Amino acid sequence: MSVLVGADTRLLVQGITGSEGTFHALRDRAYGTQVVAGVTPGKGGQDVQGIPVFDTVAEAVAATGANTSMIFVGPRFAAEAILEAADAGLGLVVCITEGIPVRDMAEVHAYLKGTRTTLVGPNCPGVISPGLANVGIIPGEVCAPGRVGFVSRSGTLVYQIVHELTTIGIGQSTCIGMGGDPVHGIGFRESLDLFEADPGTDLVILTGEIGGDDEERAAEHIRSAITKPVVAYIAGFEAPPGKRMGHAGAIVTGSRGTAAAKAEALEASGVQVARTPSQVARLVAERLGA
Amino acid sequence: MDLYEHMGKDLFRAQGIATPDGRVCSTPEDAAGATAAFGGRSVVKVQVQAGGRGKGGGVVLVDSPERAAEEASRLLREGFAGHAVDRVLVEEQLPIAREFYTSILLDRGAGDHLALMTAEGGIDIEALAHERPEAIRRVHVDPLLGPRAYHLRTLTAVLPPDAREGATDVLRALFGLLRDRDATLVEVNPLVQLEDGRIVALDAKVTIDDNALGRQPDLAALREEFPIDPVEKRAKDAGLQYVKLDGSVGIIGNGAGLVMSTLDVVAQAGARAANFLDVGGGASAEVMATSLEVILSDPAVRCVFVNIFGGITRCDVVAEGVLEALGRIEATVPIVVRLDGTNAKEGRRIIAAAAHPRIVSVATMDEAAAEAARLAGAAA
Repeated sequence: MSVLVGADTRLLVQGITGSEGTFHALRDRAYGTQVVAGVTPGKGGQDVQGIPVFDTVAEAVAATGANTSMIFVGPRFAAEAILEAADAGLGLVVCITEGIPVRDMAEVHAYLKGTRTTLVGPNCPGVISPGLANVGIIPGEVCAPGRVGFVSRSGTLVYQIVHELTTIGIGQSTCIGMGGDPVHGIGFRESLDLFEADPGTDLVILTGEIGGDDEERAAEHIRSAITKPVVAYIAGFEAPPGKRMGHAGAIVTGSRGTAAAKAEALEASGVQVARTPSQVARLVAERLGA
Repeated sequence: MDLYEHMGKDLFRAQGIATPDGRVCSTPEDAAGATAAFGGRSVVKVQVQAGGRGKGGGVVLVDSPERAAEEASRLLREGFAGHAVDRVLVEEQLPIAREFYTSILLDRGAGDHLALMTAEGGIDIEALAHERPEAIRRVHVDPLLGPRAYHLRTLTAVLPPDAREGATDVLRALFGLLRDRDATLVEVNPLVQLEDGRIVALDAKVTIDDNALGRQPDLAALREEFPIDPVEKRAKDAGLQYVKLDGSVGIIGNGAGLVMSTLDVVAQAGARAANFLDVGGGASAEVMATSLEVILSDPAVRCVFVNIFGGITRCDVVAEGVLEALGRIEATVPIVVRLDGTNAKEGRRIIAAAAHPRIVSVATMDEAAAEAARLAGAAA
């Protein structure tokens, strides 16, 4: 079992004719993902190694039955690409693009509330359900099918920790790279709810980093709504304290945003917090009795 | 990007918000001249990308041009809280009746704009938020709707009746700043009501979204005005995220999370990182080469740790970049390289085939951190 992406994923790639779009569309297809369409305005009618390219998302959906979009469109146009995918009725949109202005994302965030579309990202590595489908840029070869769910703000930390899990024989149900932008789609809480409801997931790993208060709010949510064991890792204990000008951020969140504060909040909710990425795999193994 | 107060006030005035009359001064003589022009009294305000200026002696009321020159001279010479200072803002003193506080920021948790207003400005606002949160009015505004009259009425209801109209105009202008100039934070502490009833922004803290600088060319140009370490400048020009730290192990990694984690793991191995350097996603050979040059130009570096886990970044490209850099410059310290993920096998083969005497290839992150710490210690 898995969440968000799986055997029934029919993937459409927005920005498929760019170099990164092409590389990862083909890589995801080679992994076994059904990549059914690409979209690049002005290039409709072409194909990328057999993947048909359309001018608009709506046309691509009508012709191919795509149900998920992966976005590689550049930052100036990526917010519009998300809106176009949502308007075409796609249930899941995974936006890899880095550098989207936050005002654009705030507008997208507000608009998506009235739709049935779930957004992952932006500025994220995507979602993989090992053995079933890879929607994004997580290197599939470091993953293995199994029963551990994973959600992370950092992309490279997903690769690092999944690699260590796989090496000691612990597979994953789904790995979600939620991305590190200030305004983003699916977060820790929504991901935890998906894994809580997934019969194929026994334990959830959460990796966070300094800044914002997503981890603190996840800790609260775990206490009230999550029964499955959670193991966490927070990066940034040694990071220099960020320069801070105004007071407004601290007034709003009441959080210091430090790695230590996040680790404390999670531990107070019964979450085991590892001190190194390698320790995550060891804690998971202990917890699963593997 | 955090703006200096005088830049924030320029943006305020462009949106129609009143600010005190002021001059940006880069010498004590300028400060004395400006103070004379304001009738012999002024406020001398240090211009830095940091808060806490009032408490730290960075904002001084003076009653003569000579005193203004003295304070300006002190700030320009000594800097402020570790920041170099190349300018002060000298402003007229105004007859203040009341002090308020207002701010609007992008609320990352809610994904919308959150406006705050309180009648109790000019004090420790974070302490107020902690002790009497009810004294601060908070209103969330949908970014697609923008501020509506009822939002503004709700916010200004905490103010005395004769201040509400002026404060409403200020709020509308601040929302305009968020929308038109891609600000993620605007804060006015204090927002004052003068004895004649007018509402004036005595301070301005404005943060601009770095991702939006491409469509705000005049704001992007302000970057040139901030002091920057030459090594940091080189990194920034190459599009790298670089922060100088005080240790001896130079760090290059991909992805902020992995780089932060690398700092932590190196610390646990008993050494300290000399920097934070994130090459981002899809780093080219050129970017890797520039990164190594940047790090090797720091004399505090005793060893370099290249920690790459490839996703969008391809390890073969990273390996080529490392070798390319070593073709351009001579490495005087050992370089520990750990490659994993996309095209890792090719990357490791390229490194092994080159057999460069300075490169140590290590398989895991923990072992590589331990090796880097050991080499940094041995060189010290």
